[in-house]
Amino acid sequence: MALAKITSLAGRAVCVPGNDIDTDRIIPARFMKCVTFDGLGQYLFYDVRKDTTTGKDTNHPLNDARFKGATILLSGANFGCGSSREHAPQAIQKYGIKSVIAENFAEIFFGNSITLGMPLACAKREDIAKIAAAVEKDPATEVVIDVVKQEIRFAGQTVPAQIRDTARDALINGRWDAIGELLDGVPAVKETAKKLPYLAAS
Amino acid sequence: MPKSLFEKVWTAHTVKTLANGQTQLLIGTHLIHEVTSPQAFGMLRDLGLKVLMPHRTFATVDHIVPTDQVVEPYRDPLAQAMMDELRKSCAEFGITFFDRATGKQGIVHIVGPEQGITQPGTTIACGDSHTSTHGAFGAIALGIGTSQVRDVLATQTMALGRLKVRRIEVNGKLRPGVYAKDVILHIIRQLGVNGGTGYAYEYAGSTFDGFTMEERMTVCNMSIEGGARVGYVNPDETTFAYLKGRHYSPKAAAWDAAVANWKSYASDPGCRYDDVVKIDAADIAPSVTWGINPGQGITINENVPSPDTATSADDKAGIIEALAYMKLPAGKPIKGTKIDVAFIGSCTNGRLSDFQEVARYVKGRKVAAGVKAIAVPGSQIVALQCEKLGIDKVLSEAGFEWRAAGCSMCLAMNPDKLIGDQLCASSSNRNFKGRQGSPTGRTLLMSPLMVAAAAVTGSVADAREVFAVN
Repeated sequence: MALAKITSLAGRAVCVPGNDIDTDRIIPARFMKCVTFDGLGQYLFYDVRKDTTTGKDTNHPLNDARFKGATILLSGANFGCGSSREHAPQAIQKYGIKSVIAENFAEIFFGNSITLGMPLACAKREDIAKIAAAVEKDPATEVVIDVVKQEIRFAGQTVPAQIRDTARDALINGRWDAIGELLDGVPAVKETAKKLPYLAAS
Repeated sequence: MPKSLFEKVWTAHTVKTLANGQTQLLIGTHLIHEVTSPQAFGMLRDLGLKVLMPHRTFATVDHIVPTDQVVEPYRDPLAQAMMDELRKSCAEFGITFFDRATGKQGIVHIVGPEQGITQPGTTIACGDSHTSTHGAFGAIALGIGTSQVRDVLATQTMALGRLKVRRIEVNGKLRPGVYAKDVILHIIRQLGVNGGTGYAYEYAGSTFDGFTMEERMTVCNMSIEGGARVGYVNPDETTFAYLKGRHYSPKAAAWDAAVANWKSYASDPGCRYDDVVKIDAADIAPSVTWGINPGQGITINENVPSPDTATSADDKAGIIEALAYMKLPAGKPIKGTKIDVAFIGSCTNGRLSDFQEVARYVKGRKVAAGVKAIAVPGSQIVALQCEKLGIDKVLSEAGFEWRAAGCSMCLAMNPDKLIGDQLCASSSNRNFKGRQGSPTGRTLLMSPLMVAAAAVTGSVADAREVFAVN
């Protein structure tokens, strides 16, 4: 199973500010009544993108015409906290977003995103503010996330990015979806199971 | 070299180190439900893969089941489709399914322990962040995404980086009217909603030693609300007594061997922790959240925070955003805030002891006019236990609707939803914006008895005063 080697990613960005943006906010639970992930993109941030009474678009950044086509999302700390729903990174990806830059990410969301080949980059708050300011000034600004060098380049500036070693390795070497490697390990899995009483007995 | 439970279980379940440095970790027990598994089965079919150890996966249905309709087809065709899909997948791949007809259906985190599937020294995964609940038994229990559900189905393993371990020691006796729920809300408030990122929490100390399994489950359940993917309590006699005689528990001679094995997993005295936090049980009071994440909590006699008293710019922005959503006045007591709905249930507080405690105090009282109160047992077995003890009658007579088992209004994927900006006193685990089914609905998290106090008075109240708890 050959996977793409994700060494860098370039695109326009949109800032969805705030800390502790939870996965219920990213994709409300009622849209998880589905047996495939298809079509989740349209419900991304639904309850904050749509007025709850009129159903019309709110002034949410994703509704701002200037940022249409952005593929990089900027946000605050603890992005993706709460529920383990993979529907959250799936909705982000299916909407057309290819990467998120935030101060840091919740654990389960982080793992779910990497498995989908979506690089998540941590950056300092002041650096994210700089990127956001550049994008606000000129929405056409190209933002480059360099996974190899762990840096973000935009509007002639470069700021450091942090991508956890295991995730960075997986992305740049095209092994972000572990299933192939896990399947290769099945004989060893059976050996390990034999040594554990509760698995050996069953 | 003394080792922590986490280290011992991790080592015992390590298959190998993957190329990127993560561990291929054997997942001994896999629990699935209807929301996060259908896509995983779809991936297996697409890849032409089989389930490696079908007898190590157990399924139930909880998130979408209506609690006021037990006969299928469900009124919601999407819910019925998810039910059908799970049934089909379990039959196709040979997985045990605790369907309603078995009488063992319920919230996945209640069913596992109830059936004796959840055992010490094991690894457990489930496509649900509240899987940490099972850590109460001294298991390493992980919430996972759907691609990982696929991985566990196909290989009985997942790729994972090792976590650090923080020991959270709570010592002393809880004051009357203070519950396990207050302990975890206190911990989250102290350490923050992302304080646990990268950590497994080991809960210990005399307070936990004295806790029942159900109390330990309540605390472990909300570990993820503090950012910790894993939370556990070392197994002890309380754990073994709970497990003895359960359907999947070892029997006869195997029991003694199992107990000896389980004991060997407990953290060794003097083992190294990456961090240690100590809390005095006497400092914990009945708690209630006022904001839009579980760390935004106060004790019942405190005032709702004001942006003026914020400790940082972040805190200030958080308070402003939360107050705007919650429509609560800054700097005023939370006590006395009118509620519209009272919900008792969920994988946090939907067990027998939760309903027992509420029934004990609610007997003879009435839910206040204008308050919709629902009580949702966490499983069919919890429902049956309550019904045998007459708890359902006590609650019904008080004005609670006694429902069928499921996740219900914790996340409102079934018909139990808030309407508009209703304010709900809830024994569940998340107060996120829109969590209880209405995009403007508002949630106040608290212990079941505090929910009951709010239900009978019609507003947020101190259960110790309302019910003369002392």
